[in-house]
Amino acid sequence: MGVLEVRDVSLTLGDKQILRDLSVDFWEGHIHAIIGPNGAGKSTLASVIMGLPGFTDIAGDVVLDGRSLRDVPVDERARRGIALAWQEPARFEGLRVDRFIAAGARHRGTATVRDALEKVGLDPEKYMQRAVDKTLSGGERKRIELASILAMQPRIVLMDEPDSGIDVEALERIFETLREMRSGGVTVILITHSMAVLRQAEHAFLMCNGRLLDKGSVGKISGYFENRCLPCDHTNMPAAEEAAELGAALRDDEGAPA
Amino acid sequence: MSAVDLARGLLDSVAEFGGHAAGDDTAHLEVHGNKVVGAHLVPGLEIETQEIEDGIEARIVVERGARLAKPVHMCFGLLPQAGMQHIVMDVEVREGSSANVLAHCTFPNAVDVTHAMDAEIRVEPGAEYRYFERHVHGPDGGVLVVPKAKVHLGEGARFRTEFELLKGRVGAMDIDYEVTCEAHAVLEMIARLIGRGADSIVIHETGHLVGEYARAVLQSHMALRDTARAEVFNTITAAAPYARGHVDCKEIVQEQAVARAVPIVEVRHPKAHVTHEAAIGSVDSRQLQTIMSRGLTEDDAVELIIEGLLS
Repeated sequence: MGVLEVRDVSLTLGDKQILRDLSVDFWEGHIHAIIGPNGAGKSTLASVIMGLPGFTDIAGDVVLDGRSLRDVPVDERARRGIALAWQEPARFEGLRVDRFIAAGARHRGTATVRDALEKVGLDPEKYMQRAVDKTLSGGERKRIELASILAMQPRIVLMDEPDSGIDVEALERIFETLREMRSGGVTVILITHSMAVLRQAEHAFLMCNGRLLDKGSVGKISGYFENRCLPCDHTNMPAAEEAAELGAALRDDEGAPA
Repeated sequence: MSAVDLARGLLDSVAEFGGHAAGDDTAHLEVHGNKVVGAHLVPGLEIETQEIEDGIEARIVVERGARLAKPVHMCFGLLPQAGMQHIVMDVEVREGSSANVLAHCTFPNAVDVTHAMDAEIRVEPGAEYRYFERHVHGPDGGVLVVPKAKVHLGEGARFRTEFELLKGRVGAMDIDYEVTCEAHAVLEMIARLIGRGADSIVIHETGHLVGEYARAVLQSHMALRDTARAEVFNTITAAAPYARGHVDCKEIVQEQAVARAVPIVEVRHPKAHVTHEAAIGSVDSRQLQTIMSRGLTEDDAVELIIEGLLS
């Protein structure tokens, strides 16, 4: 049993079913990747786990330490140790970096903020007094997002598209930080459609059109993803037809996950 | 109460904001109602005051070339629950001089108080004048605040005014500032307010860019809740080549509060350029979710977002 379990989760938004009977276990102190093409439902799954408004009316359940998170709001989930780093982090006019990082910090104070910034490779002297606004580059904003999560000392970190909009150097620093977190026992869940991000993980889950297609080692999943999902031709297909085709593809494909 | 006690009462009411400096090297002026209850000048600064029936007239001169090293601390206010204070101010910041003013207007017990200011301000060529005005009101909102200023900026002059009311109730406020900017002059007008209860806020800020390369930024940031109402009229006219202006109005509205922003941009020269942006609405849901996903309750998250907007 994992520390965090997604059990038979389905979600319909409007008239569109986004997640379909999805079940995934995440293991304490491991790095996981949820990979799939655009529109597969990966970010929606992250939102469901975090309990964001609009993503709580699900069938199935999300379970932390054996306890259901049904009816547990987003702020309480954060206090129980779940954190989400957004694909496109919000910007806040006038809100200073040190206030933003300290807001959710387990131990509030300048030392915590400085330490978090240093861990993501940003000079506290240069950044603490700056605003979390449009004057920051995408890479800076991403690293500040991660710094704020580090300061929370979470148990589970969901990171949505960590490579989106940032340069190679910034991405490598983020990967390094994630590995350090993992060494400290933090469970990391990477949401991605990038092979570079996938390679950071120990376990991978392949999603397609709201379903879990397969799970296993990164090597096993990456082969299928690279060969069959780029580009994806399954999105928006009728469910029955799609399921039949996916099943056939998996059976026929030598590199397919078992 | 003695003048000393009144001065102490005024300064105590603003102590939580850092209070006022009182060293020999710092100029200060304290006015309670129509009485000057404390004053100290430094070289380069002249202040003449005269009592009038419901307030004072003050003539303030920063001498040519004088650069005041420390902010001039001013404190205007009334301690009783009711009354009127009218400040008539004539300010002359002479050529090449520089002064910062930190002003507190404090009405901590107001139930029925009117505070009016009529100012004429002339910032001569190459001079710089910064005026930070913080209002400290009590919880009842019994204050009518009516500050009006006509400002002229000479060539290359700089004028920055910040108006802040973040604690206590506004009551009713009607700000009207009009600034004319000659060539290369720089104007910044910033207003930051929180409106609560039945507060009523009206802001008229106008910048006329009449000289080439004159620049102006008018910025109003507000958070309104309960049944507070705000109307912001920001106007920039640009009538000279390479004049540049920007109007920025952002308001967060909660509960039954109502906000209205009317940016007016008038360009009379083809080489002038003025822009405006206005954003009025509830707290951005994405920002809210981000802060809540750090473990803050919705109320605390809103407070933090507003803190940023008004910083």
